[in-house]
Amino acid sequence: MRDSSVALNRFGLGGRKGEAPPPEPRRWLLEQFTRFEPRPAAILALPDSPALVTMFREARDNQREAKREAEAGDNKPDIAPELRPYRALRDAYGEAAMVRTNLALNTPAPFVERLVHFWANHFAVSIDKLVSLGLAGAFEFEAIRPNVLGKFGDLLLAVERHPAMLLYLDQAQSIGPDSMLGQIAARRGNARGLNENLAREILELHTLGVRSGYSQDDVTELARALTGWSVGGLAQQPRLRGPGPGYWFADLIHQPGERKVLGKRYGQRGEAQGEAILRDLAVHPATARHIATKLARHFGGDEPPPSLITKLEQAFLRSGGDLPTVYRTLIEAPEPWSGPPKFRTPWDWTLATLRAVGTERLPSLINANALNQLGQPTWKPGSPAGWDDTAPSWAGPDALYRRVEVAERIAARVGPIDARTLAEQLFPGALSEPTRKALAGAESPAQALALLLASPEMMRR
Amino acid sequence: MIDRRSLLANGALLSGALFAPRMAWASAPTERRLVFVIQRGAADGLATLAPTGDPAYAALRGELVDIGGGIKLDGMFTLHPALAQLASRYQAGEALFVHATASPYRDRSHFDGQNVLETGGKLPYDRDDGWMNRLIGLLPNSDAKALALSPAIPTALRGPASVSSYAPTNLPEASSEFLQRVGRLYAEDPQLHGLWSEAVQTRAMASLQGDDNGRGAAAAGKLAASLMTGPEGARLVMVESNGWDTHANQRGRLANQLGGLDAMLAALRDGLGPAWADTLVIVATEFGRTAAVNGTGGTDHGTGGLALLLGGTVKGGRVLADWPGLGPSALYEGRDLRPTTPLNRVLAGALAGHFGLDPVRAASTLFPGGTGKPLEGLIRT
Repeated sequence: MRDSSVALNRFGLGGRKGEAPPPEPRRWLLEQFTRFEPRPAAILALPDSPALVTMFREARDNQREAKREAEAGDNKPDIAPELRPYRALRDAYGEAAMVRTNLALNTPAPFVERLVHFWANHFAVSIDKLVSLGLAGAFEFEAIRPNVLGKFGDLLLAVERHPAMLLYLDQAQSIGPDSMLGQIAARRGNARGLNENLAREILELHTLGVRSGYSQDDVTELARALTGWSVGGLAQQPRLRGPGPGYWFADLIHQPGERKVLGKRYGQRGEAQGEAILRDLAVHPATARHIATKLARHFGGDEPPPSLITKLEQAFLRSGGDLPTVYRTLIEAPEPWSGPPKFRTPWDWTLATLRAVGTERLPSLINANALNQLGQPTWKPGSPAGWDDTAPSWAGPDALYRRVEVAERIAARVGPIDARTLAEQLFPGALSEPTRKALAGAESPAQALALLLASPEMMRR
Repeated sequence: MIDRRSLLANGALLSGALFAPRMAWASAPTERRLVFVIQRGAADGLATLAPTGDPAYAALRGELVDIGGGIKLDGMFTLHPALAQLASRYQAGEALFVHATASPYRDRSHFDGQNVLETGGKLPYDRDDGWMNRLIGLLPNSDAKALALSPAIPTALRGPASVSSYAPTNLPEASSEFLQRVGRLYAEDPQLHGLWSEAVQTRAMASLQGDDNGRGAAAAGKLAASLMTGPEGARLVMVESNGWDTHANQRGRLANQLGGLDAMLAALRDGLGPAWADTLVIVATEFGRTAAVNGTGGTDHGTGGLALLLGGTVKGGRVLADWPGLGPSALYEGRDLRPTTPLNRVLAGALAGHFGLDPVRAASTLFPGGTGKPLEGLIRT
């Protein structure tokens, strides 16, 4: 009984109203690997990243135009003209965020959806950059979802080549000083050059992990190797516009020559050089340890049990980073089934709450507004490190208070639900006596439901 | 709002065994106030307070040299033009800049750098509690109220002493009947009980503070001030400021960021009124940025940076810097401003002076990672 509650809440996204708890929790989780849909129709109906890159370019060009006009004319416009063109991208963001939420509310594979959210956060892009505003959804849909059940190395390459990542971490504009274009620019006294932002975050956040032994030279060398990994369809200069909107390896800005990263030499030419380095990083023991630790923290508790980390690390190394093998090890390990509860993030809590009351579709603005108020707006972690995954970041007094307020609002909005029955279904074998008593003693069905949504069980998974 | 206020006033929520006694709002015997503003993302000190008198500066910075309207503080340093109100505080002798400063951290990861800055430790993650929390224990009455202006508690405020957090919201108010039932439901839950008690009290306090919803930089400063005034006001407040990581197109973005900071600090001062005379504001960031402009009109992660002490107790109107220079051989690892003044010496000296603490004891408690001798003479006595 209790294992069903763990499967629903800790591995999944919370129970859904009207659905019986899984009788065989481990099998229920494993079977989701075949049930998961990487590209459902709702996603295919959205603009893809080439379309979004084009929208961004148009918005940027319109912005420049509007600014020029505003400076030339006398009459003050009612809204800042330079921001008006980005409305289409804001709408695209709202649409994509809504699709993400609705998929999570209705999915037949909640464990795999949770893993999608996990990896999107591991490889975080944040919409506080205008260019990420439209592309963040496409990033998750195109780079993360199709690779969530594949090899880590393929996931890594898909992520680092996605326009959202290349633009968010400034890689698209990084120019090798000795590349063809770098030399021309230097001769004209207009030197553009290297930007090491993406290279640093690949080593620190995406693969090896911070303090795992790489040096500043490794960062710089990786940045040089990655020059040329760019996005077409944006630049004013025809030469830099590439064949079209989307990922583009631009040889004319690639730094030529051999690179040395972590003591190993890479003599490949062009794009193959960066790819070879990333392939090695993807199966590096430090990467295995880093990924194992993050997964163990997500499923095994804020202080992940060392035994669980070791199991995941070995599964990762043994399989060359085959993710389903790692997930299977996670499901079969005893630690997540008995570990201390995790404090739900606002995103987790919102999904669990909406699933509990049987919401199937949510208007995008309500979703965005609630998550803003709760402190975790979709795809806006504010930094490439993504959202933190431990209680101190989420279990704040004010954060808790807001959840309680939202719980009351949601409960007031849905039709009559018997919270006492629902509670047993959401937390089979795991409902506490204080919660049971509070529900029984509530003064109205809506109040009982609000208390359930705000209950200690609901705050944790 | 009236609802909850009267509810608290007649003690319905505060009575009985529901709330532990430490939750009482204490009026600390100290009138001294501290605001710690963290600039997350490594603010560029070399643009904020530009060493325009350094012969190497202009060439390193190239397109980033944009000091039209900048305010010359002395023969070496020019303050960014977006900091006009701060400049007038400098002229009034209430602002002290410390340049070429750094925490003990010497690598270039934001998250590790912020951890060292906030914990006061020597290495990232070598301790769990923050220096602001340990400061509470050093104050004459350990009930001195501490508050974070954010939904969760940042690392600098984490630790054994009780602290609260508050961030403005536009959610409608929940009914008081429901809130009381939630309080009872959480009563036996060790974690939620404490959080809930803190939240209810802070909300009650904020509801007494007028209509400002705290959006925007000036509003945040005003809100912080409102939560620090009156006998029950918080004595220690931490304000989180994000968005300082300027890898590309730094010029416009940094000007916006600095403009916001300037407005926030000015609103804080105005809001505190007479209490400004007892206030110390510290503005610091995890590390500086590279000395040279990078290939994309921005700067990358560096080492030496800038800190600011501001307020009625500060012996200001000066720039404190053992200036290392920006020549190629002077740079740290060939790329960053070399740190010459340990930030922890500055913080320990300022905090000890401001709160009348023994400097050596303050330094070893707040910065067990080591400070060297706390700097003296930062605070008017």
